[in-house]
Amino acid sequence: MSRYGPLLLLVAALFALWYAAAVPMNIREALSAAERNGVVVEPATAIERRDANALGLVAANLAQIPAAWAQDRPRLPAPHQIVGELWQSVVMEEIEGQRGLLKSGSLSNRGLLLHVWITLSATALGFVIGTVAGVLLAVGIVHSRTMERSVMPWAIVSQTVPIVALAPMIVVVLYSVGLQGLLPKAIISAYLSFFPVVVGMVKGLRAPDAMQTDLMRTWDASGWQVLTRLRLPASMPYLFASLKIAVAAALVGAIVGELPVQGGGLGARMLAGSYYGQTAQIWAALLLAAALAAGLVAAIGGAQRLALRRMGGAA
Amino acid sequence: MSAAILALALWLGLWALNVWLATGPLSNRIWARMAVPLLFGITILILWEIAVRALQVPLVILPPPSQIGARFAESLPLLWGDFVQTILRGALSGYAIGCGAAFLTAIAVDRFVFLQRGLLPLASFMAALPIVGTAPILVMWFGFDWQSKAAVVVVMVFFPMLVNTVAGLAETSAMQRDLMKSWGAGYWSGLVKLRLPAAMPFIFNGLKICTTLALIGAIVAEFFGSPTLGLGFRITTSVGQLALDMVWAAILVAALAGTGFYGLVALIERGVTFWHPSQRG
Repeated sequence: MSRYGPLLLLVAALFALWYAAAVPMNIREALSAAERNGVVVEPATAIERRDANALGLVAANLAQIPAAWAQDRPRLPAPHQIVGELWQSVVMEEIEGQRGLLKSGSLSNRGLLLHVWITLSATALGFVIGTVAGVLLAVGIVHSRTMERSVMPWAIVSQTVPIVALAPMIVVVLYSVGLQGLLPKAIISAYLSFFPVVVGMVKGLRAPDAMQTDLMRTWDASGWQVLTRLRLPASMPYLFASLKIAVAAALVGAIVGELPVQGGGLGARMLAGSYYGQTAQIWAALLLAAALAAGLVAAIGGAQRLALRRMGGAA
Repeated sequence: MSAAILALALWLGLWALNVWLATGPLSNRIWARMAVPLLFGITILILWEIAVRALQVPLVILPPPSQIGARFAESLPLLWGDFVQTILRGALSGYAIGCGAAFLTAIAVDRFVFLQRGLLPLASFMAALPIVGTAPILVMWFGFDWQSKAAVVVVMVFFPMLVNTVAGLAETSAMQRDLMKSWGAGYWSGLVKLRLPAAMPFIFNGLKICTTLALIGAIVAEFFGSPTLGLGFRITTSVGQLALDMVWAAILVAALAGTGFYGLVALIERGVTFWHPSQRG
């Protein structure tokens, strides 16, 4: 209790606040709908309500509070509406929909699972490319002083550039040379995820101290042997710490990369939701993206425990 | 063919010069350290120019750097308007509000154990989430102008800044805190005179991470709707018109702004945390 109590209490408070905030956010739409249905609301016309304070409107129309939690296109959907939308688009669409899993044998393009899969595959591909590139660059930087001095400042500068600004252009350019689908998004993901890997690996590969490298030298180890038997094993904790940051960044890259393509994915789903005012759809996509991020980071954490245990580490 | 040989010769020549500068007798001079990355960058730009001209790459795929530079110089007033809208109004105001709020929250978290247990796990979870996804919602709430961009930036920078500041406030050793107590220091004077200065490297680390996040947030939020100026707007509309040189010019502005912003924070850091080992090396 003493450990999880405050956390549970805060989460509960957050939900209470959410429900409370949804009332004034949605009260105008709720009142307009009630007025159309012939219910007497206070003030009576939309023009009078336009300049009124939202909290004042709530106080004057306490009976309409449940309606504010049940709007079709709310400004802020209540949590249960988002859960309903998730259930609808993740489970029911596949079971009952025309294009769902049961009737057509493939994931429905109106359900969220297909979009999660598209985003996940772009994220995974970009993450792998970024990690491999980052590790190779780090090995190069550790072994060549010229490389370190030429490339490292640019790697830092490249991260101060808001790279997502490049996203629409990368997609368009690659499209015009005939590349489309996963790869453009994966390249954006890779770009975002490679930097944490480079920084972490450079630190990790330099973690062995002079005593250890000297010992390798007394055994007449070649540069390759020093790398594979001393530096790489020593860098593992650093690698996994950076991989956790990198995978979260890769997901952001994939989502942003989906904004200009319109080819599906959680990012495209959010953009479509914002075009058509489908707020519950945006929130559902956002929640799934959050769950995906948490799952990916947890997966890296699991891999870390497994790897370190096999290497005989304390973790 | 001759262009390929020229490019290869240039690459080898400049790389050899770089090797000599980085490892030769001059390698410890300050100007040599600066020249190596500069030369590397110039090499890349020249190779880019040669490649685009020799292979006759169409402009809609990749314009040469010279043309991007010309376009940049030509449309300075337009790009200045975008810069003011996106960077100064959207990103900077959101950055100030978000980092300020996170700093105050961190002090509250530090003061109350309840918040430490409840808020901190929540915050470190949120810091890893793709918060950029809240952009469409916030644009819907705050309208198309810079207020919504600032709001996106606030949510994006809040959690990384909070996590870093809290980590920094935990940085002092028990010995140091005991010493403060033996001098009769209360919570607040202990905070101001010992723990905040000790936390500064972490706080600046957070501030530096947040500079990039702020620009990303402000630009991405413009993809979901913006007035007819701003860097994100310029990029999306220019991509639509296939005016790739304009896109690259806008990216150049974003890059310059990002590097300048980061550099400014790093400069302030150097002044504030002059005592830290990483600043003395």
